[in-house]
Amino acid sequence: MQKLTFITKETKKAGGACCGTVTTTDNTCSGDTARNILSCPSANRTAPRWITGAVPTPAGAVPQITAEWTVEDRWGMIKSRTGAYRMRYTVAPGLYALGEPGKDSDIFVTANYKLSFDILRRALTGHHAWVLVLDTKGINVWCAAGKGTFGTDELVKRITGARLDEIVGHRRLIVPQLGAVGVKAGEVHKRTGFRVSFGPVEARDIPAYVRAGYSKTREMTTMGFPMFDRMVLTPMEINPAMKKFPWFAAVVLLIFGLQPSGILFRPAWTGGLPFLLFGLVSVFAGAFVTPVLLPWIPGRSFAVKGWIMGMLSVLLVHQLDGMPVQGGAFGLAVVYLFFPAMTSYIALQFTGSTTFTGMSGVKKELKYGVPAYITATAISVVLLIAQKIREWSVL
Amino acid sequence: MKYLANVATLQYAPEKCTGCGRCAEVCPHGVFAMQEKRAVVTDRDQCMECGACALNCEYGAIAVNSGVGCAAALINSMVTGGPPICGCDSTPGGNCC
Repeated sequence: MQKLTFITKETKKAGGACCGTVTTTDNTCSGDTARNILSCPSANRTAPRWITGAVPTPAGAVPQITAEWTVEDRWGMIKSRTGAYRMRYTVAPGLYALGEPGKDSDIFVTANYKLSFDILRRALTGHHAWVLVLDTKGINVWCAAGKGTFGTDELVKRITGARLDEIVGHRRLIVPQLGAVGVKAGEVHKRTGFRVSFGPVEARDIPAYVRAGYSKTREMTTMGFPMFDRMVLTPMEINPAMKKFPWFAAVVLLIFGLQPSGILFRPAWTGGLPFLLFGLVSVFAGAFVTPVLLPWIPGRSFAVKGWIMGMLSVLLVHQLDGMPVQGGAFGLAVVYLFFPAMTSYIALQFTGSTTFTGMSGVKKELKYGVPAYITATAISVVLLIAQKIREWSVL
Repeated sequence: MKYLANVATLQYAPEKCTGCGRCAEVCPHGVFAMQEKRAVVTDRDQCMECGACALNCEYGAIAVNSGVGCAAALINSMVTGGPPICGCDSTPGGNCC
């Protein structure tokens, strides 16, 4: 197939009408936002590095992409994993040509979260295939499928918008298995004539899946949750918890600094510091240690797992650390009551990121967990107030 | 790794099964397996209620109460009384799903 340079005759003809506002010009342009990249002259200067040219098809030129990752792609992955600009990490939805696909080439469907798109691209190294990107508002396949944005309607819209029936001779689509949460295969077939096959869970299994004649082994169908996968999710557990930490710190320093003569810096610091340290340790235990050590912590409940790790961390820090906890028995009671509960609460948040927890289970955990957390916090506050009253009556 | 036992709301009516195999194709935890051209439930406790099987069963043999298994979303809905929604849409940069 002829490899074209970025601006071709066809794309020049289309003019600059679609520049800039790619999403709103859907109807007036090719109906495929990915293709608008080609028809926009300014895109030539700002086009992403992974677009290498254009492939002519009976339905117009389709942007050609490479399977290779650049340093920018890698850096983008790191930034999106840590939450730096997670919500804006997108590619234009529509059809792309990986390599030099033809009428018989496979069509792989993915989300417009750039990382999902990149992982698929990389998995297809050496293949010639069509990649159909759905507009999932920058969310990955599984989460978007759960919300319905990676869904039947959007898929049907993209199939017709890209004029796939004119581009390929066959009527097969390979949708990632986890997209099945939102895509109703039977309905897609009825509405477009395209038959959906749900491919492997992980894009990296695609070459083996294709080699095996589009059949999956049990390993390709099931979703594990190995330590590395759990670990890469922890920054997005730590970040939200740390965003709330200044509030926690302010309350702690206020409580300890509050004296009959006003709010004093020294007692705030000496009394508050051990609590701040316990707070940090609790966040770390709930948002990092519990997810990473998940299968080895006893129990099935995330709240229980978190509480165990919280208790162990508090014990450990209390034993190792030279900093005395102020407030005598009351202060110690607060430390052992509040911080494991805090770790438990943070650990429970991880249910939202796992590959195996369901809504009914989380509801059950919350039914017992939330009253326990509220009670633990309330008792802690009462104990701290009681301790203040005790101190002040001595003074 | 298994989550809590006996909580999954998965319901399966084997008499409606035509043996198309979609459920086994889409389940990410191998809850469904094909035996003698019929789907069978192998381990209910593995079900994470994602709903892919029920959505793709054209014969109405499967029902599951699916939804976001996200503690933050469920707590928010308890507080506000609204439907559980993950942080993605409302809070940019928030944790997703």
